[in-house]
Formats: sequence, structure tokens, C-alpha cells
Amino acid sequence: MKKNWWKILCVLLLVYTLVAGFLTEVPRLPILHETIRNQYFHVCMWFSMMILFTVSLVYSIKHLAGNKLMHDTIAAEAANTGIFFGILGLLTGSLWAKYTWGAWWTNDVKLNGAAITMLTYFAYLVLRNAIPDEKKRGKVAAVYNIFSYVMMLVFILIYPRMSDSLHPGNGGNPAFSKYDLDNTMRLVFYPAVIGWSLLGVWIMTIQIRIQQIKNHIDL
Amino acid sequence: MKKAFAFIILLFSSLHSFSQSQVEMADGMRSSGKIYVVVGGLITILLGILLFLILIDKKVRDIEKRINKK
Repeated sequence: MKKNWWKILCVLLLVYTLVAGFLTEVPRLPILHETIRNQYFHVCMWFSMMILFTVSLVYSIKHLAGNKLMHDTIAAEAANTGIFFGILGLLTGSLWAKYTWGAWWTNDVKLNGAAITMLTYFAYLVLRNAIPDEKKRGKVAAVYNIFSYVMMLVFILIYPRMSDSLHPGNGGNPAFSKYDLDNTMRLVFYPAVIGWSLLGVWIMTIQIRIQQIKNHIDL
Repeated sequence: MKKAFAFIILLFSSLHSFSQSQVEMADGMRSSGKIYVVVGGLITILLGILLFLILIDKKVRDIEKRINKK
């Protein structure tokens, strides 16, 4: 029970996010209307994804340093769960784009950056699963994982800042920038980020435990 | 004459604002301030989590089968 306090926190934060996310007052902005509330859900998917990919990176480096099979398992499952959240982010974003921008997919820098990131991580999984030898697999996958993390930083954090995006807050679009993200939204948004990230970590730990049991049975 | 002129101006100004408020089409997802886009987003996330649950169920079933074989 003591070790699982963060799971309780996760549940409480997510319940709070859902209730407050739908009921609190939000800024009334053109184009966005009520979809501004997607910031508590869609945006949090990307935060969760980035945290999981960071976990994956840390354990890939640990695997390269210490050569433990467990670290490779953690890195792979973290990447898996990160991709899961990335896909949720793409789907929710696509639905949102249809009813604000009028198309399921546009050539927006953030959309393409996210898509390239997802493809890079798909390649990580494919590469890792293509090598049958456990030791070789861990090494090669870990090295590639460092590369794909750098690609993610470039395509999600740097590239969108180099040109205008259709996204709220970019290029003069109505948004919750430092002027608009008022304090009631912050009151929901920050707990939402923590809650969804904890959910991601929770899912990741379950995946890791299952994989470790599988490794154990095979030995 | 002045009154009629003012009347016409007022008439057209109201028509103008009327036509502006009609731009928004009230079809399905765009009704009620597009709140259903948020609902749809949450349903997508929920379906994703449920899919994950099904996958876990399958994984655990496989493990149970393997243990029972041993």
C-alpha cells in the first residue's frame, strides 16, 4: 500500500481532471470554443509520451553501461507505452483538427513532427524485434533509441518553433499562451499533466512486469 | 426622412449581425460550442485504454497457459 500511493494519486488526479475539465469556466475564444478543454486531454497525451520516451532513453543508456537484460526490457516497454500515448495523441488531435481547421490532417509542422517521431519509434520496435540474439538486440536497440530520442527532441521541441504552426498559441492563433492560459485553466492543466503521466507510468510498469514474467518462464 | 433613414440603417445593421451569427453550422460535432469534440477525444482515449486492457488480458492468459503446461 505504501509503495502504491502514486497509483491512488493518479486515480484522484484523473477524476479531478475529468470533472473539473468539463465543468470549470474556460476562456471564450473564437475557433476553439469548448474544444479548448482538449488541452486537459489531448495535450497531456504528448506530455505522457515524452516522459515515457525519456524513461526509455535513461534505461537504454543504463543498459549500454551495465548490460543488464532488465534495463533493456524496461527501455522497450517504456517506448511501447510511449507509442501508445503518441497514437492516442494523434487520434485525438486529428479529430480536433477536423472540427477546428476543417481537415483530419494538415501539413502543420507539429503534426508532421509528431508523425515522424512516431515512425522513428516504430522503427525502434521493428529493429529490436528483428534481432533474435538477446545481447545483440539490447545493444543495437539501445544505441538506436538514443538516436530516436534526439530525433524526437528535434521534431517535437525544436522544429515547430522554427516556423509557424496552425496550433493554438502559434502564429497569432487564438490560444492559451501566457496571456490567455488563465489561472483556472492552470489549476486543471497541471494536475492533468501529472495525472496522465502517472497513468502512463502505471501502464508501463504493468507491461514491464508481464514481460519480466515471460522472460522468467523462458529461462 | 431622418427617422426612415435611421430605421433602414438599423435594419441593415441587425441583418448584418444576423448573417454573422449564422456562419456557424450546427451539425453534430460543432453544436454546443464544439463540446462533442472534447467528448470524442475522451472516448478515443478510453477506447485506447480499454484496448490496452484487452491486450493485457491476452498476455496474462498466454502466461497462464504456459505455466499450466509446465
